[in-house]
Amino acid sequence: MDKHKNHITPVSTYLKVGGALLVLTGVTVAVSFVHLGPFNLVVALLIAGAKASLVGLFFMHLLYDNKLFATIFSISLLFVSVFIILILFDTLTRDAIYEQKAQPIKATQLIEKPN
Amino acid sequence: MEHVLKQDTHVAHHFSDAEQQRDSAKLGMWIFLITEVLLFSGLFTAYAVYRAWHPETFINAHKFLNVGLGTLNTVVLITSSVTIALGIRSIQVNRRKQAIGLFIATLVLAAAFLVVKYFEYSHKTHLGQLPGKYYTFTGIEGTDPQVFFSVYFLLTGLHGLHIVFGMAAITWILIRTINNEFSPEYFTPAENVGLYWHLVDLIWIFLFPLLYLIG
Repeated sequence: MDKHKNHITPVSTYLKVGGALLVLTGVTVAVSFVHLGPFNLVVALLIAGAKASLVGLFFMHLLYDNKLFATIFSISLLFVSVFIILILFDTLTRDAIYEQKAQPIKATQLIEKPN
Repeated sequence: MEHVLKQDTHVAHHFSDAEQQRDSAKLGMWIFLITEVLLFSGLFTAYAVYRAWHPETFINAHKFLNVGLGTLNTVVLITSSVTIALGIRSIQVNRRKQAIGLFIATLVLAAAFLVVKYFEYSHKTHLGQLPGKYYTFTGIEGTDPQVFFSVYFLLTGLHGLHIVFGMAAITWILIRTINNEFSPEYFTPAENVGLYWHLVDLIWIFLFPLLYLIG
């Protein structure tokens, strides 16, 4: 138990992680101007995931603290992905049942009438 | 019982030692942070559904977001995460004045984030790029461009509210640091506010590319 009691991270680690986050921000902005089609989203999410991991592991001390915190936090992220993926199974396959066409919102569909 | 007597600060009788007390407080904070993640996940899901339905609209509409200001705000938030982490470290190594300076720096950066957000919002209000029925802009091709701005304002607005609450929480630990209530043995409230602030940064790390940098 004693090893993670009052872990003090060196200043240099915080500065290096902060520097890495700024570099990754630059990379994600630069990559967004290169056209990769759907891979733009994949690359953006991978870079965001890497940045989030750095913040979680070093700034939020998940690397040094009780592993219970990292475990429950990871489980919440797992449930978020289940949430999003299962909903997309529905919304992306509605064409298979009936024709889905986006149409402008009609005045009769508004619950609250514009002034 | 000797080891209990060595714990010099604030150990409540139902904890075996300060370590267990601190971990319990942090576990509670992490559970709260998880509810925050789930709160935002609803809006991220709305984003995913509408982007999948109207990919062209999202690409056309996002060009009206200012990438420069978005990048500036990302840099501001990352820097504020570094300053609050260093501030908590300063308490751990018993440098109170340094901690006070770093917490004030974090507050200034948070305020700077909101100022940039204010300029972005007022520009969009001016152009009529607003959610739902308040959308009056006509320069975006594609179906339902108002949906993009609904998602944009809900996500960044909820995130902005978290910045405001975070500033209140940082002010609270700043005052407690000034009053000398923290020591290298006891600084759990500061640590938990730090966790909250990092989560707000973490959510922005995903918001920024998803809204400002659509390919």
